[in-house]
Amino acid sequence: MPLNFLYPDYEVVRNPDRCIACRACERQCANEAHEYLAGANRIVCDDAKCVCCHRCVSLCPTRALKIVKSGNTYKGNKNWSGKTINELYRQASSGGVLLSSMGNPEDYPVYFDKLLLNASQVTNPSIDPLREPMETKVFLGAKPTLIERGKDGGIKNNLPPQLFLSMPAMFSAMSYGSISYNAHESLARAAEELGILYNTGEGGLHEDFYKYGKHTVVQVASGRFGVHTQYLNSGAAVEIKMGQGAKPGIGGHLPGAKIVGDVSRTRMIPEGSDAISPAPHHDIYSIEDLRQLVYSLKEATGYTKPVIVKIAAVHNISAIASGIARSGADIIAIDGFRGGTGAAPTRIRDHVGIPVELALSSVDQRLRDEGIRGNVSIVVGGSIRSSADIVKAVALGADCVYIATAALLALGCHLCRSCHGGKCNWGIATQVPELVKRMNPEIGYKRLVNLMNAWRHELKEMMGGMGINSIESLKGNRAMLRGVGLNEKELQILGVKHAGE
Amino acid sequence: MRREGQIRIPSGCAISGIINKSGVRMSGDAIIRSISVMHDRSNGLGGGFSAYGIYPEYKDYYALHMFYDSALAKKECEEFLERHFDIINLSKIPTRKIREITDEPLIWRYFVAPLPTKLAESQLDERDFAERCVFRVNTTIDGAYVFSSGKNMGVFKAVGFPEDVGRFYRLEEYEGWCFTAHGRYPTNTPGWWGGAHPFALLDYSVVHNGEISSYDANRRAIEMYGYKCTLQTDTEVITYIIDYLHRKKGLDFTEIASVIAAPFWQTIERMAPKERQLHEYLRIMFAEQLITGPFSILVGFEGGLMALNDRLKLRSMVVGEKGDTVYIASEEAAIRIIEPDLDAVWSPKGGQPVIVRLNGGEPECL
Repeated sequence: MPLNFLYPDYEVVRNPDRCIACRACERQCANEAHEYLAGANRIVCDDAKCVCCHRCVSLCPTRALKIVKSGNTYKGNKNWSGKTINELYRQASSGGVLLSSMGNPEDYPVYFDKLLLNASQVTNPSIDPLREPMETKVFLGAKPTLIERGKDGGIKNNLPPQLFLSMPAMFSAMSYGSISYNAHESLARAAEELGILYNTGEGGLHEDFYKYGKHTVVQVASGRFGVHTQYLNSGAAVEIKMGQGAKPGIGGHLPGAKIVGDVSRTRMIPEGSDAISPAPHHDIYSIEDLRQLVYSLKEATGYTKPVIVKIAAVHNISAIASGIARSGADIIAIDGFRGGTGAAPTRIRDHVGIPVELALSSVDQRLRDEGIRGNVSIVVGGSIRSSADIVKAVALGADCVYIATAALLALGCHLCRSCHGGKCNWGIATQVPELVKRMNPEIGYKRLVNLMNAWRHELKEMMGGMGINSIESLKGNRAMLRGVGLNEKELQILGVKHAGE
Repeated sequence: MRREGQIRIPSGCAISGIINKSGVRMSGDAIIRSISVMHDRSNGLGGGFSAYGIYPEYKDYYALHMFYDSALAKKECEEFLERHFDIINLSKIPTRKIREITDEPLIWRYFVAPLPTKLAESQLDERDFAERCVFRVNTTIDGAYVFSSGKNMGVFKAVGFPEDVGRFYRLEEYEGWCFTAHGRYPTNTPGWWGGAHPFALLDYSVVHNGEISSYDANRRAIEMYGYKCTLQTDTEVITYIIDYLHRKKGLDFTEIASVIAAPFWQTIERMAPKERQLHEYLRIMFAEQLITGPFSILVGFEGGLMALNDRLKLRSMVVGEKGDTVYIASEEAAIRIIEPDLDAVWSPKGGQPVIVRLNGGEPECL
């Protein structure tokens, strides 16, 4: 029916002079966009099936393929964009909620890009990280308020459990199920080699990965999938997921098609059944309930592991964070509205929540105003795209960042935002065995290690330029930041001066 | 032109300190001669001294040294003081009119003790009470500024070269067992006397040469504990950190040095288990009190003097000893001018504190 027709957004352009009809593209595309015409000995393409994941482009041995924007356009309209019109047509035909994957791609301000860093000139020296120690080690956890001394006058170690990280970054929650076994293995091994942590997400922990426990954050979310005592005690920390930046206020839904084999076993739910996490935790309808869950988990783990409470950045974030800081949590993780997801309703992803830079600034300041910043560490994610974002986040007040989209990119993700289709050609967001095989964890973990090591080098260079040789002296050091192109209110919330001031 | 506190002003500096371990009092003349040698390390925009043991007759009272911009500010401040303290004695601080020092504010001195009723009502200990009152005056009374608030010690500072500031305050007429001095080289003109150094709170005084890169991290952390950084200077925040760690957290000066110039993790990893545990603890517990970037500081306190460099030793600092007297200065010349014949002279390593205690024998070196 012509009313259901949507012109493809992307077009696969094949250079016939280069194409040798080897059919690699046909084999590689799980979406079946390419088709070999035996009679003509040539390959044709259905652009409508293309998700622009670049798998065929990358594997074409003769570089015969490229993908371009199709350029088909509706009559120009500043109010009704082509995207808006298409989405409306799709809903009129399906009656369904629009689904999307990965982070909010819309044109909202990225405050990280409007903050600039300082460097030393004349009055104090910059420090060369190649010649002097440059410390990026961080520890996360609550700090006691009192110093206790033993009979000999020596200071007693009264610290609650702490997490030690070689750099202020961790891999953020991505469940086994939403991503593949091989992707999980890559993250776990990389975390171990790097001396940082990765996060199970709400999918339980595959028994093969218990050995990476010291480098694992085990998550407890509203569906409680895969949660049992051994699981809780296998990790370095326990994270209560209250919300996610990509979809604040709603739960999760892993379609039954992905609940196969080990995924089903790990989640402790029957094969083929949808894994639906409720929007709220049904045992947490208020802050005092959260406190009970925090302490239940501490009891279950014998007070040996810090408890992280992860929340989405929403309007009233600083008051919520203040409540959490008084609830016994050791660490608060704040996920900004740019954070990624394996699937979320498009309208929620694109319209709910606030930028993490603003959320972080106001939370950090609020906790300081109340004198309780020391009660908790702050981890921020959604979205950290480079080492410069890390430096800026730490200078705004974060102890550490969560990295997920960037990690997936390192594993081969091309950000086609089609995870919810389950046919990830790069073997990451899929459970189809022949696709999962494409992601080689041996290569994947090394690429993750490379990425983080590269970022750590850059982090050290930027710190050294500022004359700072320890990451803790960067934390909350907002004098090292200047805003550019920001209004008074934005500067006030970020707690930074404008460039030139 | 904005005043110190409304804008952050980096400065280079000269520092010098003398302490007699046996508590033998000496005239302020020596410290003036010492700091004057380092004339070129300051630029005439700030100089000052702290002197310990100078008010033995009033040793049980807080000596408040005040700058007033106007008679009105003085009146308002004195009313405040009368509501909170017994004022035992008040007078102008004696000065000498000299050509080099101009535009002086009204400079007054009060010896006070907290009113017992007010103190009881506040539920604070005496020193907390005194500290709160100092902050109240400095943040709420326009044109009044407490620049010294310890017992049996005092700070004397002004806009000018330090040797001129010393003559202005007739420092040679005071006798103390410890003096520190500061010559300032700010990168623009503050023109306000309160911005000169030393910076002091209660009996802690700090002179500092450097520009710390951790400033805003330190400031935002310390302001959480009730301190207000009104001057935006490194020296101010360092003083508060020392007050916080020593008076409020009960750390000794060796531990304080391990916090603010913490050993590198790679050094800590090589330590014996017990020592390693202590240093790990201090770094985790007081991460926000770590100071990075160049500094050399002299911290005067009730029972002695601590000298400390940043952990990379990005600022010069030399120690000399002669008998019971220990000299510490940015340059050796500043020591030799007053004591050419030293028993020992050395440069402490970065992060290695030199703590000289009154009647405490040898300088403590770690």
